[in-house]
This record gives sequence, structure tokens and C-alpha cells, in this order.
Amino acid sequence: MSGKVYKTSADATWEELPKAGIITEPGNAQQFKTGDWRVEKPEYDPDKCIQCLFCWAYCPEGSIKVEDGKVVGIDYEHCKGCGICAVECPDRAKAIKMVIE
Amino acid sequence: MAKRVSLSGNEAAAFAMKQINPDVVAAYPITPSTEIPQYFSQFVANGEVDTEFVAVESEHSAMSACIGSSAAGARTMTATSSQGLAFMWEMLYIAASMRLPIVMTVANRALSGPLNIHNDHSDSMGARDTGWIQLYSESAQETYDNIMQAIRIAEDPRVSLPVMVCMDGFITSHALESLEVLDNAEVKKFIGEYDPEQFLLNADHPVSLGAMDLPVYYTEHKRQQQAGMDNAKQVILEVAQEYEKLTGRKYSYFEKYDLDDADIAIVVLNSTAGTTKVVVDELRSQGIKAGLLKPRTFRPIPGKEIAEALKDVKAVAVLDKADSFGAYGPLFTEIRNVMFDNKDIKIVNYIFGLGGRDVDTKDIENVYGDLMDIVKTGKVCEVKKYLGIREKGGE
Repeated sequence: MSGKVYKTSADATWEELPKAGIITEPGNAQQFKTGDWRVEKPEYDPDKCIQCLFCWAYCPEGSIKVEDGKVVGIDYEHCKGCGICAVECPDRAKAIKMVIE
Repeated sequence: MAKRVSLSGNEAAAFAMKQINPDVVAAYPITPSTEIPQYFSQFVANGEVDTEFVAVESEHSAMSACIGSSAAGARTMTATSSQGLAFMWEMLYIAASMRLPIVMTVANRALSGPLNIHNDHSDSMGARDTGWIQLYSESAQETYDNIMQAIRIAEDPRVSLPVMVCMDGFITSHALESLEVLDNAEVKKFIGEYDPEQFLLNADHPVSLGAMDLPVYYTEHKRQQQAGMDNAKQVILEVAQEYEKLTGRKYSYFEKYDLDDADIAIVVLNSTAGTTKVVVDELRSQGIKAGLLKPRTFRPIPGKEIAEALKDVKAVAVLDKADSFGAYGPLFTEIRNVMFDNKDIKIVNYIFGLGGRDVDTKDIENVYGDLMDIVKTGKVCEVKKYLGIREKGGE
């Protein structure tokens, strides 16, 4: 490695960006906010939640926020609104429902 | 020490690859370049190289495997022709945009249809906008020399682009020639070790290649590719100078043959330049100031340098072994574009030698004859002509 320092923010010039769109650091998808792709958003009701964690297991974007083994909410900066969490939430709970943004 | 050997163009390419001893060769056979992977796989079977030879099921897969291997950090080479190159199309763009220094020999052949296996430049000219550097070769010697230099050009971190080394299918690929080759130690020293800046198998610093690139970055990455091409101009000269010290053979962006004091000139690629040189010699012996410019580097196009080299001629004929229907030949388009600021020079286009149609000295004499008429009358009747075409009302 040359140890070259790259800039990857949206205002980086072509000289500053890593060549060919190579992703040089792991985990930087977090910096890419996809929340504004949403048409419908999942609404989470903690009172109905039975903490089965199905939503967390099924979410393709890792947007279900979990603390100490319990669902605490939804990361709206990255949730694309696919609705899988609302479908997978068991019928006896129905703690997540999709609503228009 | 260099030694003189007798090899065909394909043998010279395969021999160059053997001496380079790349980490990976992934290739699929297609006439007229079939012999390159054929000979090379023999070297692999005989244990004469350390290369991993990947026998794939198509050219699309060949280039895909090359991309994977090059991205992993391996020095990677291949060869193809015609339909094979066309089948690689989308992968050619990916190789170039991912900045992978793959070196590929192309034995130029016509594209179907109607089906034709013989030489013209439709294949590589179609690939001119893929982002590959293109070097053209008049002979087996130049093919060998271009492949050696291509490794250095492609892998230079200022460039990081794939290189296509083109020679004429059958005319060069299958004709036996006397050429000089380097010895293995000299090749090893000249090409050096491939030391990529970033690669997939670098466990100390893992990277992702080929991820989604949205509008906010895509244009910047395309601009970087242009910078690689711009830098290639300098690197091509540096590598050529070093190669000349080693071999005594001089390379640049193009070869000038009796051009400096010429009144009339032909611009033509690859083996036809050899035929043209014979005609130039003949015309010079008659006191006619004929010259030749043979481009070696088509991508990047050395625009300023070509314009400078042609600035004192009165009329130029650009001979294209490929057509762009509804427009002009691809080489002509480039040459007239770079000559735009010099409007006093008449430039005409001949489409010639398609699908392997023989072009002999008589054809080339006719072109110089037309140029002499243009100089005399100051008039160009037809900008684009088909050389040697049979047509009603023709001679």
C-alpha cells in the first residue's frame, strides 16, 4: 500500500477520489444515507412488540436498531422502506406497519 | 543477448507471453489468434511457464476471468480476434474502468456478417472507445516489441489501463518472419515485478472493486480514466526510450517514413504500411515526394504530434481498414480532426482491404496518383472512396 489518503465525500474532486471507485476502507456503506429512497416508512410500536427480533433478522439493510438484545426503533437514515419488517412481524404482534411518508 | 529467430506473428506473441511468464492467462480460441492460446497452453503443459491457464467457455468469460484475476493482483494476459473481441464488449469497458492492466493481443479480423475470417480492423476499431490503450503493429517484430512494452505501460501506476496490441490477422499472425527476440533474463529485468497499489488479495488492506457508482461520482471516475490516457502519452515515450536502449529498435507514437519533406502522404495502420513503404521508395526514385505516417498509438491519439508531423504536406490520404457506415473511416475521423486547424491541407479517406481483400502496390500507387491530382488541381471530388471497389461506371 502506498498509504495514500483519499477523500470520498460527495464534494471530492476526481484527483482526490480513489481510482475506479475502489472502496478502500471497510464499513463505509454507513456513510451512504439511503433513507430518502423511501416511499412508505415502517412505524414501530414498542407497546405491541414481543421482541422476537424477526424484523432485525430479516431487514436487508441492518436498519432495525437493537440495544441489549431488544428492538428500540428504526434507523430512518438507512431504511429504504421495503416493508419486509412489517410483513415478517408476527400476526399476534403487528408492532410494525407501513405508512406513507 | 538478443537472438534472431523465425516466427509467425502468433508465435511471436505467444513467445513474448512465455518470456513475460504472466500469473494468469484466460483465453478462448478464435481464428486467426487461436494459435496464441494454443502455443501458450503448450508452454504451460510443458512446465515452461508458471502461469495458471484458464480454459474458459467463451470470450466474454475469458475477459471476465482476466478481470477477476487482474483485480486479485495477478499479472494477466489474453488474446482474441473479431467476434471474440466483440463478445468481450461489456467486459472491455469494465476492465478499463476498473483500471486493470491486462495486456491482450488482437489478431485483427473482420466482423460478421457476411461471415468472414480475414483481416481488417473492424474489431479493434469498434473497441476504440472502451478505454483500452491501443498499439498497432506492422510486423511480428513490432507485435513482439509492443507486447513487451505494453506490460510496462499498462502497469505504470500513472496509467493503470489495459492495453490492446493489434496486428493484422493472417497477414502478420500467420506469416513467418525473421525477428530479434530478447533473452529471458533481459525480459525479466525490463518488465520487472508487478506491484499493484490496491488489489483484492491484499489481506493487510482489503478493498472492494467494481461497486455501484452513482451520478455524484461517476463523472469523476471517467475523468480519472482520461487522466490515465493523458499520462500514458508520457509513459509510452519513456518505456520506448528504455526499450530502445535495450534493443536498438526505436518506437514512438508513430513512424514517419520519408515524411519530413513530403508533398503527399498516406496515413495507414499495421501491415499495409509495409506495402506503402515499397511504393514510397519507388515514387522517390522517380523524384516524387511521397511519404508515410504509420500510427502506432491509436488510443491515446497523439493529436498534436500528428498535426505537427503532417503540417508541411499538401495532401493526405487516410486509409481505413474499417468503415463507419453513414460517416467516415475511424482513422480518417481522428486525423482530419487533429488537422482541423490546418485547413490548407487536403485530406481524403479510402476504405480498403475489408474482409481480407488484398491490397498491392498498384492500389497504393493509385492513391498517391489521386493525391498528385488533388495537389495539381487543388480540388477534392470525393472525400470518402472505396479503394479497388467494383462498381458501375468504375474503371
